[in-house]
Parts: sequence; structure tokens; C-alpha cells
Amino acid sequence: MPGPGELNLSAVISITNVGKVFNIGKANRLVALENINLEIQPGEFVSLLGPSGCGKSTLLRLIGDLTSPTSGAVLVNGKPAAQARQSRDYGMVFQQATLYDWRTVSRNVQLPLEVMNHPRERRETRAREMLRLVQLEGFDRHFPWQLSGGMQQRVAIARALAFAPSILLMDEPFGALDEMTRERMQSEVLRIWRETRTTVVFVTHSIPEAVFLSTRVVVMSPRPGRITGVIDIDLPQPRNFETREDPHFFEKITEVRECLRQEERQSRHESVD
Amino acid sequence: MALAKTLETEMPATRAVAPWWPAARRALSFGAVLLVLCALWEGYKLFGAAVGPTFPLPVRADDRSMPHVWTIVATLFEPPRSGSDTTLLITILARAALFTWRSAALGFVIGSVVGFALGAIVARFTLLERSLMPYIVASQTVPLLAIAPMVVIWGGRLGWEAWWSVSVISAYLTFFPVTINTLRGLRSPHPTAVELMRSYAATEMQILWKLRVPAALPYIFTALKVSATASVIGAIVGELPSGIPDGLGRILLNFAQYFSTGPERLFAAVLGAAVLGIVFAALVSLAESVVLPKSRRLTE
Repeated sequence: MPGPGELNLSAVISITNVGKVFNIGKANRLVALENINLEIQPGEFVSLLGPSGCGKSTLLRLIGDLTSPTSGAVLVNGKPAAQARQSRDYGMVFQQATLYDWRTVSRNVQLPLEVMNHPRERRETRAREMLRLVQLEGFDRHFPWQLSGGMQQRVAIARALAFAPSILLMDEPFGALDEMTRERMQSEVLRIWRETRTTVVFVTHSIPEAVFLSTRVVVMSPRPGRITGVIDIDLPQPRNFETREDPHFFEKITEVRECLRQEERQSRHESVD
Repeated sequence: MALAKTLETEMPATRAVAPWWPAARRALSFGAVLLVLCALWEGYKLFGAAVGPTFPLPVRADDRSMPHVWTIVATLFEPPRSGSDTTLLITILARAALFTWRSAALGFVIGSVVGFALGAIVARFTLLERSLMPYIVASQTVPLLAIAPMVVIWGGRLGWEAWWSVSVISAYLTFFPVTINTLRGLRSPHPTAVELMRSYAATEMQILWKLRVPAALPYIFTALKVSATASVIGAIVGELPSGIPDGLGRILLNFAQYFSTGPERLFAAVLGAAVLGIVFAALVSLAESVVLPKSRRLTE
């Protein structure tokens, strides 16, 4: 880790002393994030994990410049986050697939390319490639409401990757899916991550999901939202269903859980005092 | 393949029906309702005859207040004026309806465009909602009967053809539902749908045309169906102060004056106006079914 004031040029995302306060000057003032420092290297898969209200989604939205920090700086590829958004450095996947239901699957995947004025032929070729990547070949002319929740989320991932962004930001993308679909989608995302070499920042409140997917888990706690621990997950790649039965997988889950509980105990002590 | 299997079971099932069946069913139910209405009308008359003229019915059931259904239908196929002119009433009504429809259609187009533009402007500039909306709402509380003569006079000074003024009056009744529903529709996308566009660094115009307008279409079509019938009413009312002799307005006024001697003719003319409104609204529905897939329509 470089010291303060030092610029780490290799980091894809570099967050320095970031704070976010909602409703400034009002009675319902809320410190969502306080003193956040985090660096993410190219090709990493980083999960932001914590209970609801810990500011993990807010942190993701700060990286994506969908909201701006009250203090501190977010640099993406060496640029301020706002500039990175303008130069389309990242793709977003939300908890809801957010497909436009008047567009076919293929035209949904083409949406970012349309916004970026790519020629039609290139858009269509790219959409076909992306649908092959998420294993939805042959569904290009379907409409979103004809697909299951898991398939819709695959389309959303294909759409986010269509313009080959260097960073993929995922905000609880599998939160609305059933457990079986969820595990299948986790393996899918890992495969896509390996194939595209994209840097992924993934928000979740599921400990096994974070451990299974990530190279690093960032544990956060609420009131005010802050980072309480960063845990390296050294499970071998490529990960698959065997990983889920690996004793080391459970050790890592325990380690993350301990980190979450420790924080909980501390805050309970504080409130008792 | 396991994946393909789950996909199959997760696809919504579509029942196989003959392609003409939905249309036939609609026509049948329309006919059934028409029959019931006629039966109610005649039933009321029978009841009135049975209880006698002293019974306090809300509307008198005699042939002068409520002519028989078949009298109304028959009068459509007679010339309304005694004399050398043997044109049937139904022909006269059809010609008048077509004439009125020309004004109504132009008014509908003007009203829809103005209505959409107003809705889009108010949706874009939130500040205007509070400053502009009260006037838009107030515009609809001003009686059309008061506005119509003014528009006719202003139009005359500007050298407009009389039916243009009628269109403007018709547009005045048309724009309001379009404005309200455009506003609602443009604001209907979920915030994350807008954030998605922002994450692509999309311009305001791209967000409008690629997200907000497509999302608003079901709302706008609902308004257009209301506006289609309103535009006919607007055109009929507009024809009265304009002194236009060729439209439904003059015919309705004439027959209303001679109601006591020939009530069935007024009822026939009212039917004509209703048919015009229904046909116009049906045309808009047809356009909707071409533009919007069934899953996106708000009504039906």
C-alpha cells in the first residue's frame, strides 16, 4: 500500500479519504460513509460485503459517479470518477435487470452501443458475441418478459459488457434470484470475469457469495458506513462447485463472518457504555 | 441440455386460438351490449305504457319523448325534408360526420402535438410544474362555449378558413389528457433505468428518446383514445358559433329545434355523432395495436 500523498498508478480504482453525508443541514442528516480508503488493482474481483445500511451500495455508486462524495476523491483509471463515466470506463449491473421491455433481448444489449453511436452492423455483431458469452444464443429476438429472472440478469450482464468497459460494477445482481439460479449465475460471472479480464466490484450481503466470487472481500459496517476489514481470498482459480465443498472455503467464510461479528460486538459494547 | 429444459418450463404458455377469434369475440360482445341497450329502451317504454301516464317516471315513456328503436332506425332511411330533395338522412349524416371529422382530426393532431410538447417541457423542467400546471388545469375549467366564439372571431381576423377555427377549438379539448398522461408516462421509468443511461454518459435527448418516450407510449395512447372522442365533441361545439352549415353541429341544432315534431331525427343525429366518436377512437386503438405489443397496452 502506498503512503498518503503517493500516487499509485497501477490501481484501477483508488478511493482516498472518502466520506458521504446525506441530507446535509437537515434533521435526518445521515453519515453514509466515513473515511473510506480502498485501492483496487486491474483484474481483481472485489466484493463489498456488509449488513444493510453499511453504505456498500453508496460506495459502488460513488465509484460509478452516480452520486458524488461529500469529501475525499475517487479516481478511476487515474481520472476523477465523473470523467471516467464520461469516457465510459465502466458497465453497471443492478439488482433488477432493468431491461427495457419494448426492446428485444438483442436490442437491449445494443442499447449502450446505440448511445455511443456505433454503426448498426457492429452493434448487431457485438450483441451476438455478448449473448454467446452469457449463453443466451437464440434468444436475441425474445422480449424481456419472456425470460426468467436469471436469464434477464444474464442479458443485463451482456449489456454491461457490450462496450468492453474496463470495470464492471455489480450492485447485488443476484439478490432477487433463487438459490439454485444464484449459484449457477455465480459460476457464470466467474467464467465471464476470467474470459474478459474485467475488473469487477461486486456488492452483496451474502458471505458465501462474496467468498466464492472474490479475490478480496471488503467487510463494511454501518453507522457510519466504514471499512472494517479486507480479507484476501486465496482459493485456487478457476473456482467451481468443488470449491464450495473445499474445507478452505469454509475457513474463509468463518474468517469473514468473524470479522463481521467482531464489529457487531464492538458496536454493541459502545451502545451499552 | 439442462439449461434448455429450464428455459422451456419458464416460458409463459400461450394458448392456441384461431387468429380471427379475438376480433370475432369483440364484435359479438359489442353486438350483445347493443341488443341489451335496445331491449332496456323498449322495456322502459313497455313499463311506461303499462303503468299509465300518471305514474311519475323520470323520463316520460311516450313516443314523443322516447321514440321506438325501429322508428329511429327507419328515419335514417328516409329523406328528412319533405319536398324535392330526396337525400336519405343517413347519407346527410354521413356527409356531415365526414365534414366534422376533418376539423376534429386536424384538431386532434394539433392538440396531441401541443399536449405532448407541454407534457415533455413540464417533465423536463420540474420548476414549471408548479408555475405552469395550474394554468393548464384552469384552461379546462373555462367553458368551451365561451371560448369558441372568440376563436372564431380571432380566426376570421387572421383570414383563417372557418373549419380551421373549429380545429383550434377541438384541439383545446384534446391537448389536456395528452399533457397529463405524457407527463406521467415520461416520469414512469424506474430511477435505475435512468441511472443506466447516465452510466453510458447518455445525453438528455438520448434519455428522452430511447427511454422516456418509449416508456410513455402506453400512457400517451390511453390519452389519445380519450382525446379522439373529445376532439369530435370540440368540433361539434366549435361549429355552432362558426355558422358552418355542413357539419354535425348545425344538424344537431336544427333537429333539437324541431324535437317536438320529430324526436327520432335528433336521436338519429346523436347516434351519428356517437358513431363518429367511436370510429375515431377505434382508429386510434388500431394504431396502438400496430405500435405497441399487447403486453405493453394499459387498457384491455
